[in-house]
This record gives sequence, structure tokens and C-alpha cells, in this order.
Amino acid sequence: MSNEQIMERLTAVFRHVFDDDDIVLTANTSSKDIDDWDSLEHINLIGAVERTFGMRFQTKEVSGMKNVGEMAKIIAERATK
Amino acid sequence: MIQELCYPFDADFILTNRRRLLKTLRAQEGGVPVRIAVLGGSTTSDIVKTLELFLRNRGIAPEFWESEYAQYWTDAMFENPSLEAFHPDLIFIHTSSRNIKEFPGVRDSREVCEHKLEQVYQHFEQMWERLASVYGCPVIQNNFEMPLTRLMGNREAGLPQGRIDFLTRLNCRFYDYAASHPRFYIHDINYLSACYGLDQWLDPTYWNLYKYALAVPAIPEFAYNLSNIICSLMGKNKKVLALDLDNTLWGGVIGDDGQAGIEIGQETSVGQSYAELQSYLKAHKDIGVLLTVISKNDYENAIAGLEHPGGVLRPDDFTLIKANWEPKSQNLLEAAETLNLLPESFVFVDDNPAERGIISAQLPDTPTVPFDTVEECLIRLDRSGYFEVTELSADDARRVEMYKANAERQAAAAKFASYHDFLLSMNMEAVIRDFDPVSLPRITQLTNKSNQFNVTTKRYTESEMEAVSRDPKYVRLYGSLKDQFGDNGIVSVVIGRQEDAALHIELWLMSCRVLKRDMELAMLDRLVEEAQNRGIREIYGYYYPTAKNSMVKELFGTFGFSRIEEDEKGNTIWKLDCSEYTPKNQVISIKKESIV
Repeated sequence: MSNEQIMERLTAVFRHVFDDDDIVLTANTSSKDIDDWDSLEHINLIGAVERTFGMRFQTKEVSGMKNVGEMAKIIAERATK
Repeated sequence: MIQELCYPFDADFILTNRRRLLKTLRAQEGGVPVRIAVLGGSTTSDIVKTLELFLRNRGIAPEFWESEYAQYWTDAMFENPSLEAFHPDLIFIHTSSRNIKEFPGVRDSREVCEHKLEQVYQHFEQMWERLASVYGCPVIQNNFEMPLTRLMGNREAGLPQGRIDFLTRLNCRFYDYAASHPRFYIHDINYLSACYGLDQWLDPTYWNLYKYALAVPAIPEFAYNLSNIICSLMGKNKKVLALDLDNTLWGGVIGDDGQAGIEIGQETSVGQSYAELQSYLKAHKDIGVLLTVISKNDYENAIAGLEHPGGVLRPDDFTLIKANWEPKSQNLLEAAETLNLLPESFVFVDDNPAERGIISAQLPDTPTVPFDTVEECLIRLDRSGYFEVTELSADDARRVEMYKANAERQAAAAKFASYHDFLLSMNMEAVIRDFDPVSLPRITQLTNKSNQFNVTTKRYTESEMEAVSRDPKYVRLYGSLKDQFGDNGIVSVVIGRQEDAALHIELWLMSCRVLKRDMELAMLDRLVEEAQNRGIREIYGYYYPTAKNSMVKELFGTFGFSRIEEDEKGNTIWKLDCSEYTPKNQVISIKKESIV
């Protein structure tokens, strides 16, 4: 899966979870850029990303990822769908 | 009703789209308000949001108060101005095996094990007792799920040092408390986690990362199961099973295969599966659920199928049998009308996806049970929780009889020269009086579930109703009605607010069980009498139209009120001059005070 494809699918997941069709993701997007992205919503977001790509994040990754770019990089290594 | 939130649902879809679903549901009006305090022993945020989805989908509009992380015990045990100000109608205690501070050790003596059990149990019982005395509202308490690991293996059960043993006995203590304390309910996560799969339920990642006592993907199942208890407490249970026949209650098609050709009974494995389903359905009568048939068949064939010697259900187990070739949605509507119930009180069970689709499209508030095999039908119906029992009340047990009695009344009515004669022959006796504490829960329950014979559809929480019952500016009446066929219990509620010499009717409702019995006239007579005693000269009635209450559009007109105002939405205001009133009830004898 190319990085473009991952970003495109990630954008769809973010739009569902935050119910906001105006979200546009870049590698630098972080929780500071999306109002509703707080620690509680992060749980739900991680779950939705895991289900979409058929993979699991490791415990230390869940709280360690700095931005969407890092998330995409892990997905690229591990995605099964 | 949002179909995606009906059982069985796609938990992943719900979790991913929760925000949008919640926004849609919150935009809908008319839900019954309820204030729920959630006292958590672990993270509750996603649980509360998901619970709100399921409650709103069943017509309940919850407001939540949540403990700070894991503060359940402190919140319950000490003065808590914020929780007290919230005035909860319901308290849910979300604890799990993670909240047990000290399990027995393998080296502990039997006495020490007993002591530890008692200590953990007392920690909870003290909390329930305090909540009951301070808040006085129903409490829902999780029991304990089994542990993920077993140090001693199978011996964890059967030795007091074992955790399986400890948790099982602790659960039994909880059940004893539930059995002896009304308004205390167990949320059975021990069963639920077993169904879900304990390994998945207890996936430790979710505890380590977020301090969730259960896996996040399991939260929809959890919240749905919990919502069933709350729906049941709020009077939102379904009342009727509408059952298809061919390939639903038996294998095969009676019209083609004949009575000898269908599969039901102990002769074949398929027949056994259907017999098991029939037994399960028949048992629903004991919890007050009405059984009806809606089948595309000739009537004679339907009866022949139900008289199959291997069958468990018999024709007279059914309150009503509709077997004809009309559309099922029409048959269901007619059945609802005959029983004086709303179509949304029905659960539709049919093996044919096309028939289920038609019902969902025509009657979107009537849930259907989707299934491919008879075994699946049984499990899906069971887990759907549409008939969740919170109280095994005498009323529930009698409901099947009462509806049968209604059918007898209809048959009896045909024998009299006039309807008036028939009503007189019923020896009806009503008690109409001011609210009393004993009747308040039933008054609130009836108020919040009456949709059809209800002029304002005003909803009250239990505490609001209690406030009304204490406020001298209100005239309050409730009525119960008995006749020779049975006791209907409390069936009507009227609330009026006095302002000087005027009375404004805020609530007038009646159970559709007693339609056309002149009970509303008896209530009116009593209301006017009470108004006159208070020096009230004029009574004002208000009608606010909803999708369901058109039957009382002209109620005040038939009472002799005159219409004084109507707005573009169809809201009407009516006025009655008390001095011109003559009593109207001629068929019900009134006992003003019941003998306590």
C-alpha cells in the first residue's frame, strides 16, 4: 500500500470518528490541529484505525506517536488489509 | 429507530460512527428524560457515550453524571454536593474484578479467606445502603467477571483460596442482596463476558493503556445489555411477539407439505430444534409477553400446523392469530389496534428477509429479529433483550390474562342490546384519588409510557412527580378500575395547576386498556368536583398534537369544553365553566378512598 493510499484511508477514518468532513490530513497533523482529538477520543481513533487496517498498535506506540506521519509509517509496516 | 443500533449490531461501525449517530439522535425530540449517575471503578467515558446511543434509540433521553476516574466508592460514601444536586433517577455502579483490592492468597487459612470475602462484600453493601438512604433511586450494580488467569488451574474453583471460588461466592452474595432489596439490579457482566469470550473481553491492553476494565470493542455489547435494564425500568419493554409460522415455528410449508409433512417435535433433529424454539417462546407467556401469529397461510392450515402432535405451542397459547394473504404490515397494524397497543410494542419474527424488510420499511419502530437458522433465531431473540425482566410483578404475570379478558369483554359486548347496557353489566368500580407514595412509581411509569390517550405528552422524572405530589397548587388524581373480568390497576392520571380561580390541565392520560369504558368521564367528574371545592371557576384544557395522540384531539370538546384558541401547529386550548357542569359518568361506581 502506498503512502498516498494510507493517507487517503486514514483521512476517511478521521472524518468518521470526529464527524467532520472538512478534515484534511498531512504527515504533520497532530492532536493540536483537531479540536476534538483529546485523550478520550484518541482511544476511539486508535481502535478505528486498527480495525480499518487490520493491525494493532503496541502499547508504547499508542501514546508515543507524535503525528499522523508516524502513525502512517507504523501502518505501512503492519497493515493486513 | 436507527436500524444500525438494533440487535444484532456491528460494534465496530457503532464505535467508529458514534459522533454522527449521537448527533442524529440528540436532534430528535420527545425522549423520556432520565438522570443517570455513573459511579466508575475504571474508565467510563466510552461506556456512557455508547449507552446514550442505545437509550436514545429506544426513546429515552439520558443526562449523565460521571465519577472522576475510579472514584465510585468515595463518591458514594461521602457527602457529595455535586451528585446530590444532580438528583439522579438511577445510579449505575461500574465495578469489575479489577476493583477487588485483596484476593485470598494460596497460603491463607479458610478463616482468612472468609474474612476477606466478608470485607469485600461489606465494602459494596455499605455503599448500596448509603446510596439507598441518600438518593433513594434504583441502583444497577455490575457483578464480577471471572479472571483471565488461574494460578492453580481447575482448583481455583472449589478451594476458598481460589479466585474463581472467591468471585463466584461474592457474586452469590450480590444476588442475595438483589433478591431481598427492591430497586437493586444486577448487571450480569459475568454472563456477558462469557458470551463475548473472556479472553477478548479481558484483553489486558485496554486496561494497561486506558484503564478500561473491558476491551473497548466489547463496549457496545456491554452498553446494550445495560440499556436493556434501563429500558425495562423506564417501561420501554416490548409486549408482543408477532410470529411467522412456516420455517419459523416449524420446518417446511404447511400449505404444501400438509400437517404430516412439516418438521416439529422429537422425531427429527430439525424438528427438535423447532420444538426447542417453541418451548422458549411459550415460556414468554409467564413473563407477560403476548404471543400472536402473523402468517401468510389459509387460516385452517395455520391451525392444523399449530395442532401438530409434536408441537409445543397450541392455538390457545396465542392472544391473536392472523393467517391470511394480506400484507404483514397491515396485519400487524390491525393486531395492534385490536389489542389497543402501538406497533412499536411488537417484535416481529420471520425467517423471510423480504417480510422483515417490509415491516422495517412500513413500521420503522417495530424491531425485527433477523436469522438464517432456527438455532440463530432463538439466540438472537434472547440476546435482543426486548423483554428484559426487572420486576416479576403481579401485573406482568397477569397481563396475558388481562388481554384475554379484554377479548372476552369484546365477545360479551356483542350479547347486549346497547353498549350502555353492556358497560352497566360489567359492574365497574373505580378508585379515584390524590397521589399517594405507594402509587407514585406506577403513576410515573404510566405517565412516561402513555402515548396515545395523552393530551400533552408531558414527561416527568420520578423526582419531578414527587415534587408535584407535594405542591399544594396542583390538583392531582389517579384512577384505578376494576370490573367483573379483572382488576386493571392504575389506568389514568390527571394533573392540573391552580392559578387563582383557574385550573390549567398539564396532564391527562389514560391507558388504552380501558378505552371506551367511560373512565375518562369518571375522572372528569371527580376533577370538577375537586375544582369546585377549591373555588375554581374555570378549567383550561390543552391539546398538543404528536404523531401518536390524535385519538384525544377532540377529547375536551366531547367533555363540553369550548375551543378558545388554535395555532398553526394544531395546538388547541379549551375552556370549561365549572358552574355549568353536570356529572357525566353513569356506568362506573366510585369508591373515593380505597381501603388500606
